[in-house]
Amino acid sequence: MGAAISIDYITHHYPKQTDPTLQDIELTVSPGETIALIGQSGCGKSTLLHMLAGLLIPSEGAVRINGHQVIKPSPRWNMMFQKPSLYPWMTVRRNASLGLIFQGRQEGMNKRVDALLETVGLAEKAEVNVQSLSGGQQQRVALARSLATDPELLLLDEPFSALDAFTKTELQDEVVRLSRDRGITVVFVTHDIEEAVAMADRVVVMGSNPGTLQHQLKVDLPHPRDRTSPGFTELKAELMEFFGATRHPASRPEPTDDTSSSAEAPEADDPAASGSAPARRAIRAA
Amino acid sequence: MNRDATFDLPATPGEWGWASLRTANHLRRRLQYPLLGIAGLLVLWWWGGWAIANNPDTMAFASFAPGPTLTAFWDIVSSGQVWSPIESSLHRVGFGLLYAILIGVPLGVMIGYFNVLRETTHVPFQFLRMISPLAWMPIAVLAFATWDAAIVFLIAIAAVWPITYATAHGVQRIDPMWLKVGNNLGANPYHTLRYIVMPAIAQDVFAGIRLAVGVAWIVLVPAEYLGVTSGLGYAINDARDTLEYDKLAAFVLVIGLIGYMLDAICVRLIRRSSYHAES
Ligand SMILES: Nc1ncnc2c1ncn2[C@@H]1O[C@H](COP(=O)(O)OP(=O)(O)O)[C@@H](O)[C@H]1O
Ligand SMILES: [Mg+2]
Repeated sequence: MGAAISIDYITHHYPKQTDPTLQDIELTVSPGETIALIGQSGCGKSTLLHMLAGLLIPSEGAVRINGHQVIKPSPRWNMMFQKPSLYPWMTVRRNASLGLIFQGRQEGMNKRVDALLETVGLAEKAEVNVQSLSGGQQQRVALARSLATDPELLLLDEPFSALDAFTKTELQDEVVRLSRDRGITVVFVTHDIEEAVAMADRVVVMGSNPGTLQHQLKVDLPHPRDRTSPGFTELKAELMEFFGATRHPASRPEPTDDTSSSAEAPEADDPAASGSAPARRAIRAA
Repeated sequence: MNRDATFDLPATPGEWGWASLRTANHLRRRLQYPLLGIAGLLVLWWWGGWAIANNPDTMAFASFAPGPTLTAFWDIVSSGQVWSPIESSLHRVGFGLLYAILIGVPLGVMIGYFNVLRETTHVPFQFLRMISPLAWMPIAVLAFATWDAAIVFLIAIAAVWPITYATAHGVQRIDPMWLKVGNNLGANPYHTLRYIVMPAIAQDVFAGIRLAVGVAWIVLVPAEYLGVTSGLGYAINDARDTLEYDKLAAFVLVIGLIGYMLDAICVRLIRRSSYHAES
């Protein structure tokens, strides 16, 4: 069963900073729901996610999961980062088992981990050292590691941003499938508007200085989602507009610079130009 | 490293020939420079012995030359005389290192982890580190009931610094994400130490131990000049008193050989404790 989250008026100051990093954040998430957090670099997405994970305590306000205030990390909610951060001295199996070892749940551990590695497609790699895996495979191990303890909540901080387009799409679909199967609540941070629309039930757009919640957008598309359908591209365009507004207030949405998903811009502006799925993916991968 | 030559299993006698030829080739390539170095040292030694023998002032020490030394070396080895001092010395070094590791590793982990501790201990530790362990000799002799214990103390105090600082350095280099991920997975402090910190710093710890072994082995000999009646340092002093310079030089040779072996063991341990994938 997924966790219910309630974020109650969080305002956060990092030490020695005059302006708050986050201000008056309020959000509730129902069990099993998948939320995407988007917003420009430095608006406080990671900060908020760390608070959900119990790795950081807000200076004001509180996070409640299933009614309990979050004050420290717990195996019941798990965070994945941009880098897989596997332990290079361990095998795939050992890395994936770690949460269970720390919980003292050694009984039936191997069978559990075998099943998980099977789900993420790494059954044959169980006994190899993680250093021999590709970036995508490493992130799969990290996913297996996060799921091993049966978390109610999965927190993902731009977990696929370092991967190539194909691997990224595959993993996005996989996380959606796994979390829906298990009813896990998911909150993920992304820079990629397509990723947000592909995975989320609800997209939350954050504004910066200070970090606030600006807009919310429901994504009412059935799974598995067809990324070329009109509904999908429309939502992407709509989101792009919201996102653009947070970046250049009162101007036309026209992302140009840095980290944001500039690759998405032409598609979002002109849904008609989308073409067939393989062709588009090929272009993005190139 | 090229290993295929040694691991191929030859099928036919003909292949056998090739394989052993390849092995020989491989060995030759690996050993040619080390052997050249050893030969160079022997030449220098021989030349030094010759110079001593031909100078009227130093003629008395002519048995430092390779010939008499190697003969004496063979004597002490074949008569078994060499083993008892080696055993006493290794015993002292072993215990000294053991204490140094038991103190140095935990201390290093804490210094590496807590900035405050690192800054607080910096001046006093650097100060203590620069005092020759032999300067503690008189105090050690007063403080410990036996000479043996005093020598073990001197070795430990010399060996503790490289271990402490190598460990601290290893801890400082730990990827903070490893700790964060561990924390996130519910690791308690014991888990963090056992599954994350220790494997991450193992190679640095062994690198520190290697340095410590070098220092300990150097401190051992002068420490054994005093008080005790066993060990390699004592054997050298004893040979000097009885004017057996060939035997003295033979024990110097033994010290060098054993030191070399200890270092080689440490190098192996460092390699084995590395978590980097072999390529
Ligand atoms: N540990 C920290 N100490 C002080 N300031 C921080 C710290 N971590 C992040 N910040 C600041 O807080 C803001 C939000 O950071 P972050 O949550 O990482 O943003 P995002 O993930 O949206 O890019 C940034 O301006 C950053 O400089
Ligand atoms: Mg971030």
